[in-house]
This record gives sequence, C-alpha cells and structure tokens, in this order.
Amino acid sequence: MRRLKDLIGRRFMLVLTAVPGLLVVLMLVGLFRRSRAIYALNSVSGLLFGSSWHPLKGEFGFLPFILGTLWVTLAAMVIAVPISLLTAIYLSEYAPKFVREFTKPVVDLLAGIPSVVFGVWGVLIVVPVVGNVLAPLFGIYSSGYSVLAGGIVLAIMVFPTIIHVSLEVFSSVSYELRETSLSLGATRWETVKHVVLRKGLPGIIAASVLGLSRAFGETMAVLMVTGNIARIPKSVFDGAYTLPALIANNYGEMMSIPLYDAALMLAALVLMLVVLVFNLAARYILVKVERKAE
Amino acid sequence: MMPWNKRKAEEQFFKLLMAASTIVVIGSLLFIIGTVVVKSLPALRLSMLTQTPRGGYYLGREGGILNAIVGSLYLASGATLLAMLVSLPIVVYLNLYVKNSSRLALFTRFSLDVLWGIPSIVYGAFGFIVMMILGLRTSLLAGIIVVCLLELPIMARAMDEVVRLVPQALKDASYSVGATKLETALKVVVKQSLPGILTAILIAFGRGIGDAASVIFTAGFTDSIPRSIFQPAATLPLAIFYQLGSPLEAVRQRAYASAAVLTLIILVISLVSRGLIRRFTRHTIK
Repeated sequence: MRRLKDLIGRRFMLVLTAVPGLLVVLMLVGLFRRSRAIYALNSVSGLLFGSSWHPLKGEFGFLPFILGTLWVTLAAMVIAVPISLLTAIYLSEYAPKFVREFTKPVVDLLAGIPSVVFGVWGVLIVVPVVGNVLAPLFGIYSSGYSVLAGGIVLAIMVFPTIIHVSLEVFSSVSYELRETSLSLGATRWETVKHVVLRKGLPGIIAASVLGLSRAFGETMAVLMVTGNIARIPKSVFDGAYTLPALIANNYGEMMSIPLYDAALMLAALVLMLVVLVFNLAARYILVKVERKAE
Repeated sequence: MMPWNKRKAEEQFFKLLMAASTIVVIGSLLFIIGTVVVKSLPALRLSMLTQTPRGGYYLGREGGILNAIVGSLYLASGATLLAMLVSLPIVVYLNLYVKNSSRLALFTRFSLDVLWGIPSIVYGAFGFIVMMILGLRTSLLAGIIVVCLLELPIMARAMDEVVRLVPQALKDASYSVGATKLETALKVVVKQSLPGILTAILIAFGRGIGDAASVIFTAGFTDSIPRSIFQPAATLPLAIFYQLGSPLEAVRQRAYASAAVLTLIILVISLVSRGLIRRFTRHTIK
C-alpha cells in the first residue's frame, strides 16, 4: 500500500515536472500561430523596419515601437548601470556591516514594489520634473511624458537586479587576489579597479544584460510615463511608445480590426524572443563565471 | 605611478561617488513610498476601504476601492494556491527522484529560468490565447490561471533553492528507517525546509497581487465584487492604472488609496517573510 502510494505520487510528480518545459514551447507555438495571419500580407522586414502604423489600412510597421523600446531601455541602462555598480562595489568592498545589513532588505523591498506603484510615482514626480525643470534647462519644450521619464523610472526598477547579480559576482572574486593586490601597495580603489572589476567583468556584463531584459519587457510603469506616441523619438525629451505598452493599450480594439490581434501577438512574440536571447546569454556567462570561481 | 596624494584623491572621489549611489538607491525607495503615503493620507477613509465605487469607476465620485481589494485578494490567493500545487511536486521530484545532473532536471530548471525572465505582458497575451481556446471570457478564473503561470517560475525557483539545501544525510536517515521517497518528501524534506517554502509562497503572492500587465487582458475590470469565478474581477494594480488618469480628483484619490493598500500588502509580506526565516530556522535540523 505504501509502495503503491509512492508509485502514484511519483507518476503524478513526473507529469507536473513536464509543465515548465511544455509551457515554454506552448507559449512560443501559441504566439507564433496566432500571429501567422500577418506574415501572409506583410513581409517580415516590412513588419520590423516599416514605420507606418495604420491598423485600419492594414499597415503594421513596428519600427517606431521597436525604436521606442530601445530608446527607453537604453536611457534606463545609462542611468542604472553606473549607479548599481557603484552601489554594489560600495556594499561588497567598503561599507561597514550595519550599512550592508540595512541596504540588503531595502534592495529586496525595491524589487518587490509593483510596477504600477513605480508608475504612480513617475506620473506624480518624475514627469513634472522632466517637463518643468529638466526640459526648460535645455531650452526644449516637453510635456514630461518622455523617454527620459521612462528611463528614470525603469532605472530604479532594475537597480535590484543589477545590484544583486553584481554582488554575487564580486563575492566570487577570491580574497587572496585582493590581499595580493593590497600587499603590493595598491589602494583599495586600485584593487577594485584592477582586480575586482577586471576579474568580474563578464559577470558585470551578465548583470547588466539581465537588467536590460527586465527593462525591455516592463509594461505598466513605462506605459504610464512615456506618453505613448507612435513616432520615432528624436531626443530623450520626446514621447515614446514601447512594444509592451502597445500590447497593453490596444487589447480592447484588437478583435474589432482585422489582423490587429495577429500584429499584437507578433509584438508579444518578438518581445519574448528578445528577452529569451538576452536571458540565455546572461545565464551562459554567469554559469561560466561560477565554474571558474570553483 | 601617480603620486600618492593623487592616488588618495582618486580613492576619495570614487568612495564619495559610491556612497552617493547607495544613497540614491535607498533614497529612491523612501521617495516612492513617501510619495504614495503623502498622496494617499487624505484619501484613506474607512468608506474608501469598505465601499465599492458608485457611478462608475472612472467618473463616479462616491464610493471606495473594496471591489479592487477583494478582487486582488481572490485572484492572488487562487493563483498562489494553484501555483503551489504545481510547483511543490515539481521541486520535490527534482530533488528527490532524479539526479541533479539528469537531463530532465537540467531541462526543467532551464525552462523555469526561461519562464522567470518572460515579461508579464507576454503572459497576458498568452493567457488571452488560452482564453480563446477554452472559450472563456474575461473572468476571475482566467486571471487566476494566468497569474498562476506567472507565479510558477518564481515560486518553483525559490522553493528549489531551499529544498536543495536539505542535507543528503537527513534523507538517507529517513530511507534507512524504511520510509518511502514520498514519505521522506512529505515528512522530512518539506518539514525541514518549511520556512523557505513559506517564504517562496509569500514572494510569489506578492508578485501575483502586484502585477497588472497579465490581468489587463484576462481578469478585466468591474465595479462590483465578483460572485463567481466566471465573472470579471477588479484588481488593485488596474484600479490604480485606470483611476489615476481621471480628470476628477475624487477618482484619482481612489488610485492613491489603492496604491497605498497595495504597497502596504507588499511591505507586510516582506516583513512576514523575514520574520518567518528567523522564527522557523530554530526548528530545523542543521
């Protein structure tokens, strides 16, 4: 009887264990099949590099959205990577114990804040600051709903990802190496610069790529602060429309316009593939770093 | 080599920069929470928490956000329960029944990593496809299914990390007194890693209740409290999203109040999971 229970339990668990793998395949196949209708009428290059977006006329050029996503993501990375790295170096090399103990839960909590709450903060604080303070500083008119506002909000959202992974990478650099450098008369900063950062470079790149892929797929916060204008942005003070925002904003109409649903599913497929490639690359680097450390 | 005072100055400069960055990171969290608190204080009345919106969620001035609070709790609880029923067996199977280096284990952990990275809007789009296939309308049930899928990799990976730490000797001891693998799993392994498992469940719950992009397609939005799982359900994140853009201050206040409630839930979850780790690790065998 106990053996039978064990056997049944085992079979049941085996079936469930197949779920994650199956889900990945199902998502790819499902999105591909639902978006297939659009390939018949538009070439792939026309879809990806065309810039005319008129669903009613059957014209689906994704370029403004792809570039919008890239602009916002890049703006976020330019802000987030240096700040997160400096924070991670400070926490791993300099900070006294109580600062470390205090900062870790703060970073964890920041990772847990829902993206709409970031969005609320963005709308209330960042958008007015960009529109009324930063843009006039450069003599430009901006409503504030812009690439820059999206970048700032996104940057804060990816802090935890980059800080966490970098901390792990730094802790894999051996203490003997650091001590050798210090005993040769290098200052702490020189040790960081020449030993820790050099040794950890692949890991740092992986951390940034993980942050990048998180930023790339972020929807609600970006949707709330970038203005959602389907034009290719020319400066960081212009509005932008990202792929995730496009999907979230138009689900209501997508069933009433022919091919619209296929176009949105294609957007989701592109998003999934891009994020997948980023994640795989980052994981590959991290696994290699881990092996080297052992 | 640079003269010593220059090297020292460089060190000081970067130290300052690093301290400033750390302050920016900590400060941004405080700034965000502070903004939500300040904005929501005038809006947080008892009637806000105990009434559903009247006269429409976008234009009605009266009423509160009870619909969203209850909807979110239903949705996240259902999804978390479902995700737990799927991920716990997976984690037990990976750690007790197959070798870590087996193809199945590698492939499943890899898939969980992949799923973990997929943006929630893609889950939303996929959920929409599933709904069309099953013939579901926007409903609490559809929302639960999608949020469950979203939570699955988060929960399973977090559980896997703690169950993996159960020492082999403990499992061997259990086998040697004649327990089957299933008995070992339930009575030894799960018990031993219970605090970690509970934390994993809480983290997943937090992610589920805060996500908007996946439910926008699937759970829909409504002014009333769902009476069955086939009715649409309002959620806190969407209550924030829809009501923040309203021209009426009274409606925007509901968005602020929703943001405060949601942030509070996340804060409590984070505190409880910290406490859990501390309290329960006493009972586990090291």
